Amino acid sequence: MYKILEAKELAANIFYMVVEAKRVAKACKPGQFVIVRAAEDSERIPLTICDYDAEKGTVTIVFQIVGAGTLMMSGLKAGDAFHDFVGPLGCPSEFVEEDLETLKNKKLLFVAGGVGTAPVYPQVKWLHEHGIEADVIVGAKTKDLLILEEEMKAVAGNLYVTTDDGSYGRSGMVTQTITDLVEEGKHYDVCVAIGPMIMMKFVCKLTKELEIPTVVSLNPIMVDGTGMCGACRVTIDGEVKFACVDGPEFDGHKVNFDEAMQRQQIYKTAEGRAYLAAKEGATHHGGCGNCGN
Amino acid sequence: MDVLKKVPVKEQDAKVRAANFQEVCLGYNKEEAMEEATRCINCKNAQCIKGCPVSINIPGFIEKVKEGKIEEAYQIISESSALPAVCGRVCPQESQCEGKCIRGIKGEALSIGKLERFVADYARENGIRPQGAEKKNGKKVAVIGSGPSGLTCAGDLAKLGYEVTIFEALHEPGGVLVYGIPEFRLPKSAVVAKEIENVKALGVKIETNVVVGKSVTIDELLEEEGFDAVYIGSGAGLPKFMGIPGEQANGVFSANEYLTRSNLMKAFDENSNTPIMRGKKVAVVGGGNVAMDAARTALRLGAEVHVVYRRSEEELPARVEEVHHAKEEGIIFNLLTNPTEILEDEKGWVKGIRCIKMELGEPDASGRRRPVEIPGSEFDMEVDTVIMSLGTSPNPLISSTTKGLEVNKRKCIVADEEFGKTPKEGVYAGGDAVTGAATVILAMGAGRAGARGIHEYLQNK
Repeated sequence: MYKILEAKELAANIFYMVVEAKRVAKACKPGQFVIVRAAEDSERIPLTICDYDAEKGTVTIVFQIVGAGTLMMSGLKAGDAFHDFVGPLGCPSEFVEEDLETLKNKKLLFVAGGVGTAPVYPQVKWLHEHGIEADVIVGAKTKDLLILEEEMKAVAGNLYVTTDDGSYGRSGMVTQTITDLVEEGKHYDVCVAIGPMIMMKFVCKLTKELEIPTVVSLNPIMVDGTGMCGACRVTIDGEVKFACVDGPEFDGHKVNFDEAMQRQQIYKTAEGRAYLAAKEGATHHGGCGNCGN
Repeated sequence: MDVLKKVPVKEQDAKVRAANFQEVCLGYNKEEAMEEATRCINCKNAQCIKGCPVSINIPGFIEKVKEGKIEEAYQIISESSALPAVCGRVCPQESQCEGKCIRGIKGEALSIGKLERFVADYARENGIRPQGAEKKNGKKVAVIGSGPSGLTCAGDLAKLGYEVTIFEALHEPGGVLVYGIPEFRLPKSAVVAKEIENVKALGVKIETNVVVGKSVTIDELLEEEGFDAVYIGSGAGLPKFMGIPGEQANGVFSANEYLTRSNLMKAFDENSNTPIMRGKKVAVVGGGNVAMDAARTALRLGAEVHVVYRRSEEELPARVEEVHHAKEEGIIFNLLTNPTEILEDEKGWVKGIRCIKMELGEPDASGRRRPVEIPGSEFDMEVDTVIMSLGTSPNPLISSTTKGLEVNKRKCIVADEEFGKTPKEGVYAGGDAVTGAATVILAMGAGRAGARGIHEYLQNK
């Protein structure tokens, strides 16, 4: 069992938990993920890692309620425990292996959408700890749904916040802010975009035009997360890859997003969609591949 | 009694069982087992023992069954096998112990598998357990993977007094016994979990949710966590796909995914939190035991099921008994047929499978006649689900994160057969990780060899 040391709701339906998982915390690097099961009969759910502390043996996760599994998880409190918590899974972000001096000469831009802010955080934090200040754009639907702003501010070079409805920070989608920054004369060598599949697709479309190499972190359906089933297979540059072992990060300009979004729908029945609409209402951030958001 | 024939074993009726996940074969009762045991002629130079990869003293335990001394029969089997209730159910006995039985020359071989199963089931129901070591020797061994190979190796080492920890990537131990082989062939809580309890009762610790290569490396286990030796029994779990157009469509699954959802995650149960696609018409591509398992699972989930296989019935790699069961349950076999494309609708869901007819040509390197396409024989089958069961290969996770291991061109870890020794000192390997996908009992034999190798190594260290 993996004890929950801290649990809070960051924004409506978005939860933050610090979990005791010594082996994961010790081996963890930015870009990796975990698979959790809340109870003995729960489904295996992949979650990106938001933070980790090898000394304390803790791993922080952030998740949004999108269905029965995450709804059940949201009811867990400090002192409760996850039945299973396995990781770290997937490959670490490429920059972890890169030569630091080369890396320092690059201008990096991180683009986070919604809950995608959580997995962007450990990457920006790692860079900050290694003396690299990356620019970060965080997009949220409305002000209420913005998460980890203070934490991100503490580790980012420049932080740009944008809300779809203009209720806070800049106004519009993250792609608008990217366009604005480039027009203001900013230059970026690499962009890392993490968020709903649809957001990553549009960021990639734009950065391709702008000729900024872009890395995305894909979130397909997973079961085991260790490469034994291929549920998470995606097509990268015409080749089939398993996101859980070959990714989850890939060259965004080579990802077949339409196929990836279509594959996310396999288990979405009509009832399931109705459930989502009822449960999430206006907070649904897209990425389900159905709603056009 | 006709001594040329096996005492028949009770089975669930085909029509009834096609709609449930309960065990098909109901096994012998004591009277039937004792009667079947009398058919054994107790050969001096027993060939059946040679046919068993872990060399169980078969005439020895059968003699005890004949006398009705089932507990003694169990202790004889336990000297050689850690998982008799499993092996009695899933071993391909026809090509192993029973294949060598003298009785089989004229008439039917002795029903060794069913007798082993009876003894193990009787022992479990009567609380009889294998005996562990009396004293620990203070040495620590790590076993990677809790499938048949790892469990056997761990059990053997524990009996020799080693302190053994098994590291398992999934949330439940058992490997293919829990995620691969379905409930109707191998009951999970009633049989597999109990046999794993027996291994634990020998003093073996099992740490689940540890992905070796990610959560911790073998080098760390040896250098930082104080293990004196490591046995790799990580299996061959990486699924193959055909690489044909449309394979990414919604409704195409690897057999591993489909079976993991159903078996490990219990998706066959409507109340399970893990979903599974319940197709109306399913094509299972392949002809091995895994294909039979996937087909029979899909059937039980309510589908019309077709097995699509590119060779003829004679070459089906699945066990004869499984093919027979599948046919009885109403699985349709489309033989000498090979898919060339998965057809999808405008929303990306499977709507059919395009196939081509095959004929058998000259034998290939494996000795089997090579299937050759018949030009112009393409036809479409209407299906909504396709399950790819084309075999698996070892996951490169461990070999790529361990210094000094070697892999061959099939990505299998290189280890010697006799002791499972790898080129890296203190590291042994066996089972599917070394041979590629094979059988439960061969994996157990390799686990046993690995334990011998490790014992030899640590005694002299």
